[in-house]
Amino acid sequence: MIEFERVTKRYADHSVALHDVSFALERGEMAFLTGHSGAGKSTLLKLIMLMERPSSGRVQVGGQPLDRTPRRRIPYLRRHIGVVFQDHQLLFDRTVFDNVAMPLEVTGVPPRDVARRVRAALDKVGLLSKERMNPVRLSGGEQQRIGIARAVVNKPPLLLADEPTGNLDPALSAEIMDLFREFNRVGVSVLVASHDISLVQAMGCRMLTLSEGRLTGDGSHSQMRGAYGG
Amino acid sequence: MAADPRHSGTQSAGRRGAARPRSPWREQLESYLAHHRRTARDAAMRMRDAPLSSLMTGLVIAIALALPVALMLMLATVQTVSSGWDEAARINVYLADEVDLTQAEGLREHWAGESAISEVELIARDEALGSFRERSGLGEALDFLEDNPLPHTLVLTPEARYQEASALQRLVERLESDEYVVRVQLDLEWLQRLNAIADVLERGVTALGLLLGLAVVLVIGNTIRLAIESRRREIVVAKLVGGTEAFVRRPFLYTGLWYGALGGVLAWWLVEVAFWWLSVPVDRLADLYGSAFGLQRLSFGDVLTLVGASMLFGWLGAWLAVKRHLDAIEPR
Ligand SMILES: Nc1ncnc2c1ncn2[C@@H]1O[C@H](COP(=O)(O)OP(=O)(O)OP(=O)(O)O)[C@@H](O)[C@H]1O
Ligand SMILES: [Mg+2]
Repeated sequence: MIEFERVTKRYADHSVALHDVSFALERGEMAFLTGHSGAGKSTLLKLIMLMERPSSGRVQVGGQPLDRTPRRRIPYLRRHIGVVFQDHQLLFDRTVFDNVAMPLEVTGVPPRDVARRVRAALDKVGLLSKERMNPVRLSGGEQQRIGIARAVVNKPPLLLADEPTGNLDPALSAEIMDLFREFNRVGVSVLVASHDISLVQAMGCRMLTLSEGRLTGDGSHSQMRGAYGG
Repeated sequence: MAADPRHSGTQSAGRRGAARPRSPWREQLESYLAHHRRTARDAAMRMRDAPLSSLMTGLVIAIALALPVALMLMLATVQTVSSGWDEAARINVYLADEVDLTQAEGLREHWAGESAISEVELIARDEALGSFRERSGLGEALDFLEDNPLPHTLVLTPEARYQEASALQRLVERLESDEYVVRVQLDLEWLQRLNAIADVLERGVTALGLLLGLAVVLVIGNTIRLAIESRRREIVVAKLVGGTEAFVRRPFLYTGLWYGALGGVLAWWLVEVAFWWLSVPVDRLADLYGSAFGLQRLSFGDVLTLVGASMLFGWLGAWLAVKRHLDAIEPR
């Protein structure tokens, strides 16, 4: 689903955010991306959705190489990727319903289908009863779940999440992670960036570890324990 | 929507396909048009929600448009005056003193037979004096004159196809060569001057119109720039979830279009009010000149053109703003 081939990302100010990173995420796989603050997690996700372009190396998503993707094709690629953002990126000038409907609106889904699909997505994150509310009046956890509903509303084959449990308490965080696992169970490829190591370890999934822009660990939690603890 | 039995219950893909007999491209087109309608309505609503600032922007546009439109109408009025040839192109032929009334009658008959002339009126010298006495208000003073100093006069109206400067000039020359004619007076010069002035004014108004059209484009461009700034977050999110450039631009282009429409309608209204206000003194002026001319008004077609042009300016201004400011907004 995702393939990085010796990817390096240098920002304009010459700071190196990613250095020679290679990995692959299979279709239907779920993995976590961890690392200290500034390790390059957000940068890696931005490369996948073409918010940034690599300085060198190749990125493929869904079998398509992203280099040479012209600017005008970017929206069509993004429609196949659901993204949950670190700062949730919700709009407070419209209802929960309208926030979740945005990805459908940009693809021109007929209005009668929009309502059905938005309600299905809100139902999955357990916020169906709040569709008419303004997201500003919801709690942090609820806002994050609206972000998730928006990310999955058009049934993308790939789901990315950047620090989706940012400032939530452990119980809520676990709930959110379970949601991702559920999406993964129905065939969605999932990549979640988080620095909450204990939470990630509890999930028992594949874990990609970044450190200073380099990929220093790749394996399931148990494998890693084997590698380091043995 | 939720009440539609086809869509409640299961959501399996197979069922969805079976429930929808319409072709997919048609569905796409319909939803595309529906989105246009919604965006257009939403843009109008946003303007309505800020009535004061919308009205102010609309008025600025309206003033910039009303000015050249009003000037063009006045120019058109001047041009109708100058093309009122039948009034202007009358030729006064003053006959020699020794010509008596019967001879004058004969001349009248003679000229009336000319193919170039449609009508000849004879104003006998007594008649001329009478009307002069009336109009000049000199009244009794004229009684001191020993005899009538005025000659018999023929007033010729040329045929329509001779109503043209050079043909008239030739006719005048022919009249002057007649031995009984003392003087031929053709009031053409003021007309030529008026035409020349109208030509100059026309260019001036066209230039002014272009400049003010540019001003309208810039005003709307700036308004749209502010709208883009205030909706920055929304633009970012739309781009993040896969909104194309066209999708993101659309609301702003509609906003520009509506500002243009508002400005155009207000401009029409301003022109109407101004002309209504001017119509009283203009009618009096026309009266004084014994002329039937009145201010030219905007026809229905003119109004459509005005509003259409204004909408075009609005769209153009919005397009420039969008090109410059919207494309620069990228999610980070
Ligand atoms: N737009 C940018 N311009 C310049 N440098 C940047 C930019 N974005 C990120 N960086 C730098 O790249 C490095 C990696 O940043 P990134 O946001 O990917 O880290 P992160 O792992 O997501 O951190 P956090 O856990 O704090 O979100 C950091 O040193 C950061 O300063
Ligand atoms: Mg980050």
